[in-house]
Amino acid sequence: MAEQNFDVVIIGGGPGGYVAAIRAAQLNLNTALVEREHLGGICLNWGCIPTKALLRTAEVGHLLRHADAYGFKVENVSVDWKKVVDRSRKVAAQLAAGVKHLLKKNKVTVFDGSGRLAGRGKVSVTKDGKPVADLGAKHIILATGARARTLPGLDPDGKLVWTYKEAMVAPSLPKSLLVVGSGAIGIEFASFYRNMGAEVTVVEVMDRILPVEDEEISAFARKQFEKQGIKIHTGATVKALKKGADSVTATIEAAGKPFELTVDRVILAVGIVGNVENIGLEGTKVRVDKAHVVVDEWLRTDEPGVYAIGDLVGPPWLAHKASHEGVICVEKIAGVKDVHPLDVTKIPGCTYCMPQIASVGLTEKAAKEKGYQVRIGRFPYIGNGKAIALGEPEGMVKTVFDAKTGELLGAHMIGAEVTELIQGFSIARTLETTEAELMHTVFPHPTLSEMMHESVLDAYGRAIHF
Amino acid sequence: MPIEVLMPALSPTMTEGKLAAWKKKEGDVVKSGDVIAEIETDKATMEVEAVDEGTLGKILVPAGTEGVKVNTPIALILAEGEDASALAKFDGGAKAEAPAPAAPQTKAPEPRGPQLSAVEAAPGGGSRPSGAESGGSAAGAHRPAPTPPAAAAGARVFASPLARRMAEQAGLDLSQLTGSGPGGRIIKVDVEAALRRGAAPAVARAPQPAPTPVQAPPAAEVAMGSPYKLMPHSTMRKVIARRLTESKQQVPHFYLTVDCEIDALLAARAEINAKAPEKGEGAYKLSVNDFIIKAAAIALRRVPAANAAWSEAGTLLFETVDISVAVAIPNGLITPIVRNADQKGLLQISREMKDFIARAREGKLKPEEYQGGTFSISNLGMYGIKDFAAVINPPQGCILAVGAGEQRPVVKNGALAVATVMSCTLSVDHRVVDGAVGAEFLQAFKAIVENPIMMLL
Repeated sequence: MAEQNFDVVIIGGGPGGYVAAIRAAQLNLNTALVEREHLGGICLNWGCIPTKALLRTAEVGHLLRHADAYGFKVENVSVDWKKVVDRSRKVAAQLAAGVKHLLKKNKVTVFDGSGRLAGRGKVSVTKDGKPVADLGAKHIILATGARARTLPGLDPDGKLVWTYKEAMVAPSLPKSLLVVGSGAIGIEFASFYRNMGAEVTVVEVMDRILPVEDEEISAFARKQFEKQGIKIHTGATVKALKKGADSVTATIEAAGKPFELTVDRVILAVGIVGNVENIGLEGTKVRVDKAHVVVDEWLRTDEPGVYAIGDLVGPPWLAHKASHEGVICVEKIAGVKDVHPLDVTKIPGCTYCMPQIASVGLTEKAAKEKGYQVRIGRFPYIGNGKAIALGEPEGMVKTVFDAKTGELLGAHMIGAEVTELIQGFSIARTLETTEAELMHTVFPHPTLSEMMHESVLDAYGRAIHF
Repeated sequence: MPIEVLMPALSPTMTEGKLAAWKKKEGDVVKSGDVIAEIETDKATMEVEAVDEGTLGKILVPAGTEGVKVNTPIALILAEGEDASALAKFDGGAKAEAPAPAAPQTKAPEPRGPQLSAVEAAPGGGSRPSGAESGGSAAGAHRPAPTPPAAAAGARVFASPLARRMAEQAGLDLSQLTGSGPGGRIIKVDVEAALRRGAAPAVARAPQPAPTPVQAPPAAEVAMGSPYKLMPHSTMRKVIARRLTESKQQVPHFYLTVDCEIDALLAARAEINAKAPEKGEGAYKLSVNDFIIKAAAIALRRVPAANAAWSEAGTLLFETVDISVAVAIPNGLITPIVRNADQKGLLQISREMKDFIARAREGKLKPEEYQGGTFSISNLGMYGIKDFAAVINPPQGCILAVGAGEQRPVVKNGALAVATVMSCTLSVDHRVVDGAVGAEFLQAFKAIVENPIMMLL
């Protein structure tokens, strides 16, 4: 088979790979993208996007149940479960087609198959075991993503014990559900299924849910979830899962005491592991540590000409982090000036539960551990006009400043639409504003964003409305 | 169309300077390489050279004017074929302010008139275009649009608010930093990197605009009724006054004195100098001061905690040993720097110092040759001064004052003896260097001075 030569070959067409491909093409690099299943990757097909479609359904359901408060009489509400799932799949399909178009528009050559390293500067592409193409490239970017982590004894079977994938296309709404793990994925499913009417129990091994979030936000979220009827066990582990015909009995140990819980279905959301297998790393200098590829600040592996980005290289496992790494990696390859390594404290994180959670930068605890003298600002949703008008009085905006320099070290938000608000603080961090510029900024009234302003003011004892 | 000659920035920190003298008159033809004016900065006098040809049409800023802001038009040059009528538009006389965009200037014809650049007048003075830290010929004295280069002081410095605040707290001069952000914007990491490198805090800011030259101050304040002659301050005098006042007011000085016996050093010096070729390239004559520079440099390597400076952000522990050596010059002093003195041999130190001293006396040192430094030495031994305490040269943490080597009675093994003794006093900024560290440094210094063979290491 004749070798086809490119400047850059990218293995994996998720939000890391396809964005890297488009950026490479923009920089006039002859670019190929190898994708084995779906353009857009997990994010678009089995993650971010379809779950947001499901959560929208949950929100509509929530409004319907509370329609009375807004002056509507809505009776006999029922759910067409198949339609719920179908809508989610259609949204994903529409966007996947969009990615295909974008790649074509940018003249990226897409290969349908599995790519693997085949010697220095070479990638072989196969589909169902049959060779598709041999590619040559000076630069090869691995962007193969990650998959759900499993724990010994807690293996998903796709029927009774799900990973995120099955949870997204459930044939019917389970009556009861156990969610193992309370990171973003676990909490989103817990919130969705609870809002759709299932009995939901969450088990978390750490002492609090959403362990990467600020402690105050975790505590606030827990209170909200429990108010909604979600049962939460922290500092708890699932010791065993006994499968019945159409149910699972879990042995859970909390505070040293085991107890049993029988549920219709279990969702495992205990983290992810990088897809480091079957991509030809054997015999290269690429180092793998704890199922993730080791890279330097410019996403270079130890093997010359081989790079890795996104979930494959480790946390935070976020689509926008992968995309950004793809851009940095490609710009560095192309010799673009003023490229900066990714600073994880500038990457916002969002969890689409009800209420939503969003954050960027250091938590209060992390800031103190790093030795900062902090100034903390808080503002509650109950003090905001727009929040009250929306009927969303539960939530808060918390800001963490370096008392010495006024640097905005972190922002932590919980409540309606915070995932749309956090970018304001991300911009502030990226532009390196201090509290002064944030205070000088005119926030429009009436909006939820006013709480961001108030939280900043509060950090300096100047909040107006609370 | 006449070309504006703009006041050049001779160093990145320069915002204004004194137009010391005009070397050409109105109507003179200027050729490439002609010196047309002399400009006095903080410490040096620089010459402004013409690059192309033309006629000096009009002098806008008279000689002797102080506080001329960088990029102010100082003269107009007529290109070939232009006559004096072309000057009419510019007949505004000297302006102390930076000019508004001069409309006629925005479309300078392609085959341009004379170009000017400020170059070192010293022999071989590679014309490091003044203040051109980042792009932009600051020297380009006739840039049409008044957009000064980012690094030139007085120009707009692009920096994030956080970088600004951190620099302010650390006393860093942002205009000296190179930004790594989009479009060269200075961001937090750049300030942090500068602090790690130990960039000099901005104590040497240019003085505030002095209005018209020398208005006599109220006599009572200065003269108490006695008759006096008023000597206008040179730019250097103002800088000395301001910086040393700041130092004595703000830096908690303390002083440590040590006596060093230098008979072995003098013997070594005599022996080395005796072997020097009489004439030609290889000729040399080491001074006692060369030995002292070397000894101090090695001692700083051994006691790196003394090679430090105070900043609000933290103590700057310098990674290089750059020794500022005070050199007396007419009406002032200047401190050229022997960089990496710990890594240089005596001969190289000696040659550098001779060159520095010669050029310092002519006022021809380049700014980068006297700005910075991590440690200072002031030697008044040649005047017979036995011992003195020097004022710290901020932001450095220490200055070593060296007295005369003289025969003194000393007690050796319980008996009186005669030795050549040199007293040295270290002035120390207690914020960065404590007594014990200062003493350790002097101990190391003394050991090397008294055993000059150690300088071979």
